[in-house]
Amino acid sequence: MAHIRVPEGLPGILGPMAISPESTKALRELAEVLLRGPNTLTAAERETIATYVSSQNDCCFCQLSHGAAAAEHLGGNYELIDRVKVNYSAADIPEKLKALLAVAGKVQKGGKHVTAEDVERARNAGASDKEIHDTVLIAAAFCMFNRYVDGLGTWQPADPQAYREMGRRMAHVGYVRTDWEKPGEAA
Amino acid sequence: MAHIQLPAGLPGIRGPLVFSPATTQPLCDLVEALLRGPSTLTLAEREMIATYVSAENDCYYCQTSHGSTAAQHLGGGSAEYELIGQMKRDCETAPLSDKMKALLAIAGKVQKGGKYVTTEDIEKARSHGATDKELHDTVLIAAAFCMFNRYVDGLDTWQPRDPELYREIGKQTAALGYAGRDWKRPLSTTANK
Repeated sequence: MAHIRVPEGLPGILGPMAISPESTKALRELAEVLLRGPNTLTAAERETIATYVSSQNDCCFCQLSHGAAAAEHLGGNYELIDRVKVNYSAADIPEKLKALLAVAGKVQKGGKHVTAEDVERARNAGASDKEIHDTVLIAAAFCMFNRYVDGLGTWQPADPQAYREMGRRMAHVGYVRTDWEKPGEAA
Repeated sequence: MAHIQLPAGLPGIRGPLVFSPATTQPLCDLVEALLRGPSTLTLAEREMIATYVSAENDCYYCQTSHGSTAAQHLGGGSAEYELIGQMKRDCETAPLSDKMKALLAIAGKVQKGGKYVTTEDIEKARSHGATDKELHDTVLIAAAFCMFNRYVDGLDTWQPRDPELYREIGKQTAALGYAGRDWKRPLSTTANK
């Protein structure tokens, strides 16, 4: 049971979102622009950064749902996302994404952990200032979303299939349209 | 110098906000809803939660600007600024209500990580009169400042140490909020006005 009373059957962040419309509108728009807005980082890369930070924060709901969204952007490559979470340095991803994940991992620990060397490494691998900015903000935003979800003790489904369905909708419908989010539907 | 090329003369979060207009609208909407929107927590209480979390995250710009805004909401005198300093040093012994102390304890747990918040923390706040919505807002304000602090420090933004500047930021923010404020103006221009 969650720490506070939220509508039943809504998984993870959807429970607290349902009781706070003003903040929810801003949170949804933030997720949409960060993860699906126009960008030189692909949607898969941005969802991968979100997933990695969420796994470092040990947030089950966020890492499984965004991991599924990343995998769905990659045509269903769930194995790659699992490898990134376990050890991204050894995963089959471009050097630029590895360097950005290193920056994101530092942000997860705290903003001051990011060094000039981390940023230089990303730049040498081809990352632009905008891509470095977006990586820092995505990582920071998931330090918020993860804390919102776990800090309120939300209900997080155990069934992996529920997350595949969520991931498909997050990848292909996005974060602003809410008509598909019905209580219990994902469970 | 910041990690990326940011517009000159804008302190703290203002540099990245101007650098990235597409993300700025939802970020400003979020902080306006959390810290200024309808709530049974006072403006000062919400700014204090933001300040406390920013201090725990060691973010100079956020703790000083939001601390100043909280002090301004409380009256803006030196006693109010001192209260904010006391709260940052030790919220347990600061002269605050039991409800506020219990909410700050929850915010401090959220700062460490969401899973640190216990049923006992929640029950304690509830026993001092906190509602579900106030608990929700406390957790989300604390979580949001774990984002803002990382955004500000993760890009190594310019964070001046001039107390007068933060007093001014606090006054402006307490009066005008986060949505319509003229924060895009470079600092030198503002100071010369």
